[in-house]
Amino acid sequence: MAKSTPTKAKSTSDESSKGDHSWSIEGPIQILDPAGKVIDKELEPKLPDDELKEIYRWMVTARSFDERALSLQRQGRLGTYAPLSGQEAAQVGSAWALEQQDWMFPSYREHAVQVVRGQRWVDILTYWGGSEEGNRIPKNVNNFTISIPIATQILHAMGAAWAGKLRGEKMAAIAYFGDGGTSEGDFHEGLNFAGVFKVGTVFFCQNNQYAISVPRERQTSSETIAQKAIAYGFDGVQVDGNDFLAVYYITNRALEKARSGGGPTLIEAITYRFSHHTTADDWTRYRSAAEVEEWKQKDPLIRFRKYLENKKLWSDKDEQKLLEEAKAEVAKAVEEYEKLPERDVEEIFKYTFAEMPWNLKEQLEDLRAYLKEKKPEE
Amino acid sequence: MAQLTLVQAINDALKVEMRRDKSVMVLGEDVGVDGGVFRATEGLLQEFGAGRIVDTPLAESGIVGAAIGLALNGMKPVAEIQFDGFMPPAFDHVVSHIGRVRWRSRGRFNVPMVIRAPYGGGIHAPEHHSESPEAYYAHTPGLKVVMPSGPYDAKGLLISAIRDPDPVIYLEPKKNYRAFREEVPENDYALPFGKANLLKEGSDITVISWGYMARLSLQAAEMLGEQGIGVEVIDLRTLVPLDINAILASVQKTGRCLIAQEAPQTCAFGSELMTLIQEKAFDSLRAPLGRISGFDITIPLYRLEEAYMPDAGRVIRKIKEILQFS
Ligand SMILES: Cc1ncc(C[n+]2csc(CCOP(=O)(O)OP(=O)(O)O)c2C)c(N)n1
Repeated sequence: MAKSTPTKAKSTSDESSKGDHSWSIEGPIQILDPAGKVIDKELEPKLPDDELKEIYRWMVTARSFDERALSLQRQGRLGTYAPLSGQEAAQVGSAWALEQQDWMFPSYREHAVQVVRGQRWVDILTYWGGSEEGNRIPKNVNNFTISIPIATQILHAMGAAWAGKLRGEKMAAIAYFGDGGTSEGDFHEGLNFAGVFKVGTVFFCQNNQYAISVPRERQTSSETIAQKAIAYGFDGVQVDGNDFLAVYYITNRALEKARSGGGPTLIEAITYRFSHHTTADDWTRYRSAAEVEEWKQKDPLIRFRKYLENKKLWSDKDEQKLLEEAKAEVAKAVEEYEKLPERDVEEIFKYTFAEMPWNLKEQLEDLRAYLKEKKPEE
Repeated sequence: MAQLTLVQAINDALKVEMRRDKSVMVLGEDVGVDGGVFRATEGLLQEFGAGRIVDTPLAESGIVGAAIGLALNGMKPVAEIQFDGFMPPAFDHVVSHIGRVRWRSRGRFNVPMVIRAPYGGGIHAPEHHSESPEAYYAHTPGLKVVMPSGPYDAKGLLISAIRDPDPVIYLEPKKNYRAFREEVPENDYALPFGKANLLKEGSDITVISWGYMARLSLQAAEMLGEQGIGVEVIDLRTLVPLDINAILASVQKTGRCLIAQEAPQTCAFGSELMTLIQEKAFDSLRAPLGRISGFDITIPLYRLEEAYMPDAGRVIRKIKEILQFS
């Protein structure tokens, strides 16, 4: 399931590791324009053709998954769900730059990052379908569980990277959060620690313009989120979050720097959430249809497809085939999800501690007895 | 009189108080343009403007810390924390300051403010959206803790909370937000703190409860009534201050008592009630005190949430167990 090891864009860590704040904070860095034309040849990552196609497959599958999950929720087959559509390039682009030894700390919207990193689509459905089993992460995958309390994961990522530094590992940690997340104290504490201890953390902000209904201007009167890094003594950079190549390029560069002892980076990926905050939300209450439409013109999928077409790597037939395959892959995950066995109530008592103490054993036993008495009446 | 849901009654209370007192303001995440994620503040921005209905940056410590300063200098902030599970970032200000300001300053300063938050499980939400944290607050000196169970109480208690000279934690049973309607007077009325509501009279056993569990206990009591068992149901309305007289009077009458709460059992508010009853009414007891609680685990996601949430069946079962004793 997980991506194959990507070919690296030319490493630039040598220059950036000096921490000379030479990174553009004015950005946003863009490599592809909305028409899929390369506007910065120098920065364009030299990825092999097959890999480019694989990347596109990931983005299309993520969109397909998102649409299906939304419709499952509407049909009552899935619980509350947080859609990612519009943020595929930010998610797949940054995830693509991660290496297996790196650690990834998601919020609740990074389904594509989680899966690119080795979790499965069925796991995402399982979580939002109301089972903690969706948080069970394979042993060899350094993804942390999703973090719902906003910005808390920023500190955890910093701590994990700090441990890597203390233990002499060549690794980095990445924390994902939104524009709203930058208002919490934990964001500032996380960045400050990372700066002070010079730990290899990449703080990846998906600025999708809203925290539920609250627009980005209401979170901070700073002109950019990226510039906040300056105050903490390290590099901050804005990137066009709907441009896969730019996101991949800059995250890769930040991660390389982190792995080689150059310290932290704050990346502000400018993007947009096409759909509701979650299925419990209604975006029409706080955004205009015209605004959403305008962003849809900058759809990250269309942009990348045009890039492939310009490189003569993609045809309408390929597109058709991919859409079908993506749907089928998602359908398989849905099928598996809907066949998940019912769990015994012991599952919710397990894992509170390594060993179940007497009171939990007693409570579990009592619950079992009650459920048994209750059953015949049903 | 109008038939309102609990969330509409809260909205109504806010409007009534904001019209009456220009110093009352609301601050929180998504409370303005969006009208609150549960629509508790719907229409308020339009009527009172962005100066008094404030969409804040996403920061609970910021919201509650700012409310302290606002309250010190003449405003009456009603802070909304979006969910029970997001109260912890504000905990520092709650335990380190708001309950202490009057005490610390020897009465020179006080912080009349309300922190509203939806609490409790049963709505199929993700993690951190289903907590019952009342014990933390009841344990903290200087805080009043209010937990309405239905629309009528919600309005009268929120009005009192806003008028109270001390800080109030006001926890709303989100599962009851739209579960039923009640007659709610259009005028303003304040329900006194420290006065429990006798939901049902009975002579065999007392059930003490609050918030969501109070109405559930009433259902259980009505079912038992059909079997000839007289269950008296007390809805505390406010945990701090506590209506100890109502509790003792009832327990002295019935000689038996069950506490019904949703929070995890260990060190929950029920533990305090059981201690108080044992201390003050031991002579009247005809059977050991009993309790129904959540389990000592993190409240699970929705597939197994129903098994976690205390239901009427568990209340009935425990009542019968107590009655069997004597
Ligand atoms: C500490 C905390 N407070 C409030 C919430 C409720 N909440 C969930 S998502 C959200 C908005 C988050 O916006 P942002 O950080 O921009 O991320 P996005 O959802 O846009 O990806 C809020 C207020 C929460 N999950 N955690």
